Amino acid sequence: MNRTTLKKLVPFLIIALLILHQDFWWWDSINPLIFGFMPIGLAYHAGISIAAAFVWWLATKSWWTEEMEVSDAEAAARRQQRGEL
Amino acid sequence: MIAMWIIIGYLVVLLGLGFASNRVFRGTTVDYFLASRGIGPFMLLMSLFGTTMTAFAVVGSSGEASQRGIGVYGLMASSSAIVHALCFFFVGMKLWSLGKRHGYLTQIEFFRDRFDSERIGLVLFPIFVMMLIPYLITGVLGLGACITGATRGAFPNAFPSENLALHGAVPAWLSQGIIVGVVLIYVFAGGVRGTMWVNTFQNALFMTLGIVTMFVIADRLGGFDNATRMVRENKPSLLKRTVDEKDLARYNTALEIHETKLEAWNEKKIGPPPKHPSKPGIGQLEFLTYLLIPLSVATFPHLFQYYLTAKSAKSFKLSVVGHPLCIMVTWLPCVLLGVWATSAMVDGKPIVPPGVDPNATLAVAVKNLTGPVLGGLMAASILATNSLDAQFLVMGNMFTNDIVVRFMGKDRFTDRQLVGIARAFVVGVVVVTYFISLTEPRAVFRLGVWCFAGFAALAPLTFAALYWKRCTKWGAYASILAAGISWFALFYDSGYGAAEGYLVAGMNPVAPIVFTSTAALILVSLLSRPPRPETLQRFFAR
Repeated sequence: MNRTTLKKLVPFLIIALLILHQDFWWWDSINPLIFGFMPIGLAYHAGISIAAAFVWWLATKSWWTEEMEVSDAEAAARRQQRGEL
Repeated sequence: MIAMWIIIGYLVVLLGLGFASNRVFRGTTVDYFLASRGIGPFMLLMSLFGTTMTAFAVVGSSGEASQRGIGVYGLMASSSAIVHALCFFFVGMKLWSLGKRHGYLTQIEFFRDRFDSERIGLVLFPIFVMMLIPYLITGVLGLGACITGATRGAFPNAFPSENLALHGAVPAWLSQGIIVGVVLIYVFAGGVRGTMWVNTFQNALFMTLGIVTMFVIADRLGGFDNATRMVRENKPSLLKRTVDEKDLARYNTALEIHETKLEAWNEKKIGPPPKHPSKPGIGQLEFLTYLLIPLSVATFPHLFQYYLTAKSAKSFKLSVVGHPLCIMVTWLPCVLLGVWATSAMVDGKPIVPPGVDPNATLAVAVKNLTGPVLGGLMAASILATNSLDAQFLVMGNMFTNDIVVRFMGKDRFTDRQLVGIARAFVVGVVVVTYFISLTEPRAVFRLGVWCFAGFAALAPLTFAALYWKRCTKWGAYASILAAGISWFALFYDSGYGAAEGYLVAGMNPVAPIVFTSTAALILVSLLSRPPRPETLQRFFAR
């Protein structure tokens, strides 16, 4: 998948995460116990945490631009321009 | 006693880190408050994570899970995994770049510039301090409860108590005093660099020990399966989010007893009022509205200060991706241990005896189920989870730069004098916090949520200031005022955080507060004159 497509896809993935977070379908369930001890309501939300890390990794890959950086020289120049230095 | 020595050793390490960082201190305010903007990705991740995962997360999560069950993870942890990372990406990085370009030291400087308003600092400063104090109290209460829980029975002659849960334990006034004292010393010595070094050490320690402790405790309880089985037999509601009939009947009985006790207490008003029983289960609307709580990281002044310490925008990448995973590693053991502790029996005796403060659930369970070395290490690592340091520091920073320098002039003071003023202000705040924390203790989780709700209410203002050109000074004032008034009105209505399960029409109070502040922001901004073009150029030009 190229970067432009990924850039468009990431907002939908974030919205999907927010919707999936409201897991009303597991509200009254203890079973299945994942690994034999973890109630599904807890295991599912641990999965949401992992999915969040993945989606935000995609975000840093696709939305990142070098324009976000500010060099020391640029910062000093801007402040000097305004007479702050 | 071994546990006690480990805790003392741990506190000495913290002091050592504070003094070591003092050796590289350059003597300037930028270095004291922002580590000369030179913090790299790993330390930034550990500091941001450590500052958001506080006593509230560790002590509060296990305590709250022991009352309300596994749903607590979804309420705070998985929601924070999504929303915190969003705030780091869209707010943290943007504020870092504006902060570096314009030389900001504090959040109020940014708002003052963005809204062309000298006086906005006078409105924001008291609101920030007022809302940070409950957060500080959660830290002091949580950590004090941890020392008290870990030292239970260690000093029967020095600290006798009729309450079995407190007999022989270091009392709250002393444990809280020790914690506050140690944190103050390393903050004074090392400034923000000291707090970040300490945060990195603490989080590495806590995450490792949290997992080890979970395995050791599960083993003592006859395995993971058995630990969960005991809960299923005794309190099944804690393994889901609806209330089981058996637990509901138990709650109704507890409620009847509570009402009788309350009636008797109301007649004489001697001693603290009886505690309202905790209602198991979590409503869907409450769960949904809790998603707004983690927005608070967009506005926390101490996080703003940490954002500004980053070496480059790239430094944020690791925090954005790693933070959700760190949350999971921390919360999962805490929630499981909190739930298991409610039903765990060894040799026919409950691991956590009745009457133990929920804040101390984790510490008591660890103490009773592990050896003294692991118990001591775990107690020490629970102590690690505090953001008192960052909060102390940012209050000093705001007072010095936004009040003293702004209104008395920078030229009147040397950098060293300014650092001294910051320290004096912090001592004042700490003394107030310490004495408040000695009054009737609130549940750490509940108090923390109130504080987060207040800051979350200001998140729309932060987002709008960064991304909405039409957002005006008067819109900002209206939003701050609406947030402050609605927060205080509901906080007051809840008995200053004492009311059990306080909701507004089934929603967490954060929802109406955020709605009110957002509505005020949008309406008043649209009705008032747009910002000057020069201001927009300063903040929105590429």
